Parts: sequence; structure tokens; C-alpha cells
Amino acid sequence: MTNVWVFAQEAAGVPTTGTLELLTKARSLGTVTAFVGGDASGIAAALGEYGASKVYATGDLGGKLPGVAVSAAMKAVIDGGDSPDVILFPQNYEGRDVMSRLSVKLDRTVLTNNVDISVDGGVSVTTPIFGGNTLVTTKFSGSAPHLAAFRPKSFAAESAGGAAPEVVAAAVPELGATGGATVTAVHVEASSGPKLDEAAIVVSGGRGLGEADKYAMVEELAKLLKGAPGASRAIVDAGWVPYSYQVGQTGKVVKPGVYIAAGISGATQHMVGMKGSKNIIAINKDKEAPIFGIADLGIVGDVHKVLPKLIEALQARG
Amino acid sequence: MNVIVCVKQIPDPATPGALDAGTKTLKRDGKLILDESDSYGVEMALQLVDAAGGGEVSLVSMAPNGEVSGMRTALAMGAAKGVLVSDPALQGSDALTTAKVLAAAVNKLGGADLIIAATESSDGYTGTVPEQLAEVLGLPSVTFAKKVVVDGGSLKVDRQTEEGYDEVTCPLPALISVTAGVVEPRYPSFKGIMAAKSKPIDTVTAGDLGISPAGWAGAGQEIVDVAQAEARAAGEIVEDDGEGFTKIVAFLENLKVI
Repeated sequence: MTNVWVFAQEAAGVPTTGTLELLTKARSLGTVTAFVGGDASGIAAALGEYGASKVYATGDLGGKLPGVAVSAAMKAVIDGGDSPDVILFPQNYEGRDVMSRLSVKLDRTVLTNNVDISVDGGVSVTTPIFGGNTLVTTKFSGSAPHLAAFRPKSFAAESAGGAAPEVVAAAVPELGATGGATVTAVHVEASSGPKLDEAAIVVSGGRGLGEADKYAMVEELAKLLKGAPGASRAIVDAGWVPYSYQVGQTGKVVKPGVYIAAGISGATQHMVGMKGSKNIIAINKDKEAPIFGIADLGIVGDVHKVLPKLIEALQARG
Repeated sequence: MNVIVCVKQIPDPATPGALDAGTKTLKRDGKLILDESDSYGVEMALQLVDAAGGGEVSLVSMAPNGEVSGMRTALAMGAAKGVLVSDPALQGSDALTTAKVLAAAVNKLGGADLIIAATESSDGYTGTVPEQLAEVLGLPSVTFAKKVVVDGGSLKVDRQTEEGYDEVTCPLPALISVTAGVVEPRYPSFKGIMAAKSKPIDTVTAGDLGISPAGWAGAGQEIVDVAQAEARAAGEIVEDDGEGFTKIVAFLENLKVI
């Protein structure tokens, strides 16, 4: 039986959606252990419900960053004799940091940005490249444990109705110099309306808006549609909107029912983050823009003319 | 204060990417340029050295065929010197191998107070090298830094998180990865470009660094299949004649979202 670990995360007292997605996939591969960087008492039952039969928990990290602390705790458990065949990580800040540190400790390669995994005849993972046009399948040829990270929404989260798992303490060993970084304050940026990666409708703006204050049109349209505003990397880099708005390879992966891209040309970086949307509407003045290649409805026109009329029409409907 | 910046030289992102038919790895032939993601790290390093009132910025890079054009861009911005590791044995290296090689290059420069990398490259975007490099060097690290201040012997960093940001302190020496947009990269001046031509780049092989990459490059992974993804069906594309918005309204009505 394949021994699968999942790096499990919680937010606001519950496992993250990404964690539940990975657990759902993991239980189809073998026996599942969830590894929690923190106190697991509040989320253990939910981890069990989605398929974990065992949970390792480090306990409070005391301000240490997860990358260095959780990887060290994982290494200690592996050295202690419970060695997994494969560890699934979410493709996010903490997931990346933990797997990176662990890869050096174990001297194992990492495969990132995956959307699928198979354990038939060895462990292999699938990664989309070139904006998702090409799928590359790569097999781990070295020895286990294999380390792989998966993009959000690669798998659908479904409860298995599993029982409460066994919770085992996995203490963080002495970190020495590597443990020097300490979190002194945590800031949560409040946002109104639905979360970008969970909204049914997403309206994103790009460089075609021309200037920062035109982004207000995107926010207005998103609000009228009860959706979330998003952005391309270009305008995040330009400082028009915070990083948390970014849709794409480096930002959020979204799969809403409707995605409206306003003034976005469709760089690979952006397309991988939104091409799973059910319906895509694009507005761009360049009819050669790559975004039109994946749009269900494309309007070749100036966003400064189309958006105000669209907003007015929606306002008129009340 | 001395800072080392890890820079990657990549194919121009404006040209379409392709896979090498033989090795099934990303083609990196042709002229390489400085990854734009790294220009933020170079700028950050220059500003921190300025603020510290002394020291210099050095570069480490790994690239095939002794390619230095991307490094020259960073030198033109103001970096003082660089080490380039160029070795056919390193072709197709995985991220862990890259981290080991860069660590050896950092040590060749005698280390630094601070090492800066981008959060991920714009061509391969594995995104693990900075944290792997920190682990190989035995350094503390703060990834996804969006604001960095040096305060005596330690760093104060605002670190991007899923929900907002964390304030983190970290003693030096340390490694940070910086997000795009953290600073506004300067354009190289004419004087800078001219000066860069004579700044030293030490081009070395893996052997020169005292490391033997045999069995490392691409270690532990093998590409077994390359397939085309299912294409989306073509949609309706219309020129806006002033009434284009009505198409969108009708489309949304049809989906019953308004």
C-alpha cells in the first residue's frame, strides 16, 4: 500500500480547501497521513473525514517560518522510521518553502506546478506548460520519498466520511542558524465581497486599462455582478493593486463560472491561472491578443468605452 | 554590507517557448537576457548597499555556453562583479542541483551578508531554488519579501502571505527571495552600460568549484510523456461597434448570472 503524506494547512480554524483537495486525491493513491505545522486539535477530525488515518502535528511553531521548521520535523519523523512513498504539497508559499528545505535534507528532487499524479508503475506527475497547451508527465526515477507540489483546484474536494484519525506529536528539532527568522506580527488584509479564488464571477483588469485609477471600473463591475476583482501580473507589478489580486501562475488559480478579462492580452503567466473558468469573456482592443484564443465571447474594442456602457446597463437593471 | 544576487539568464519571454525534441527539456539556445524577475533583486541589493553606506553587489548565475549578456545588464545597473557557472555537465539540471551549484558559487565569492533571489524564474518557475539554496548554505531565510530594511545586524521584512503579510525579523547573514514590484528597477545608464563591459565575470566549471555534478543533473526525474492539452472550443469574437456591451449583457443573461 502506498504511504502518502499530505502537507496540511489550516486557516481560520478549518483545513484549507487546497488541503481537502490533496487529501481527496491522496486517499485514492494509498494510506494517508496529514502533516500539520502547528496545533492539529481543531482540524484533526476534518482531516480524518477527508481521508487521513493519521495526523502528525508539530504543535505551535513559536513564530518560526514553516519552511525551515516543518521540514525539520518531517525529516525527524522520516529518520525515525515512518518514511512515505510520496509527499503532496500545495503549490503555495508555505508548501513551496517546506518542500524546498526538505528536498535538501533528503537530497531528493522536487516536481512542482503539477495538476495530476499517478502511482501505477512508479510515481509520476503531470504539469501543464506553455500556458497549459502542453502537458508533460514526469516520473520520479530516484528513491522515495518523492516530493511533488500541486496547483490549487487540481482535484475536487469530497468528504469520505472518515473517522477521527490518530494524532501523533512531531516536535520541531533544534534548528540552529537556519531557524533565525521570527514572525513578530501578522497582518490580514481585509477584503469585502467574495474571495477571489472562490467567487462565482471574477472580473480582472490588465495593462489595457491604461492607468491605475481606471481599475475602479473593474471593481465596480465585479461588485455589480457580486463577483471578485482580479488582476494580471503586469498591473500588480506596476503597483496599481495588491499582490493578493493577482490571477495567474504566481498568483491565484481561479475557476469561476464566468471570468471577464478587461484589457488583458493573455500572457502565459495569466492564462494558466484562469483558463479553467467555465465561461470566459474578453475585452481587448488588439484582435490578435492571445486571450481571444480561449474566450467564449470576445469583444474587440476599447475597455474605456465598453466597460462604462456595460456598467451603466447593469446598473439600469438594478 | 556585501550582497550577492542570484540572477538567471533566460530566453526572451517575448519569443514562444519550445521543448528540445531529444532531451524534452526547455530549449535555452539563442541569446539569453536577464530575467525581469531578477531585476528587482538587483535593484534591492543596490539600494541596501547604498543605505548601509558601503559594500558591493555581486552576482552568481548558471547558464550554458558562457552566456553573460543577462549578467552584463545587472552589472550595468550597478553590480560590481559576478561568477558564472557554465558547464555542459549541468545541462538539464533540476532545481536541487542548481541550488548546490549556486551555493558553491556563493562560497567562491566568500559568502555575503545577504543573498537575494527572485521568488521564481519566468521560464521554468519551479520556485524552489531560493529556499533550497538557503538550506544548502545553512542560512535562515525569508521568502516572498515585499519590503526589506536592514537594521544593524538583522533584517526587518514584510513577507507576503495568502491572507496579507507577516512582519519578520531575521539575523544576518541570511537569504531572502523578493517579489516582483518590491522596488522599481533602474534602467542602466549609458555610463553604466559602458562600465559594465569591463567589470569582471569569473566564468567557471563545476570542477573549478570543487563539485562533481556527475549523476546530479536532472537527478531523480525522467520525462515520460509530452501531450497536447485539450483545446477550448473557439468562441464568438466581435468587433465593438459601440453596442458590444449588449453582447456581454446577453451572454450573462443566458448564463442566468444576471
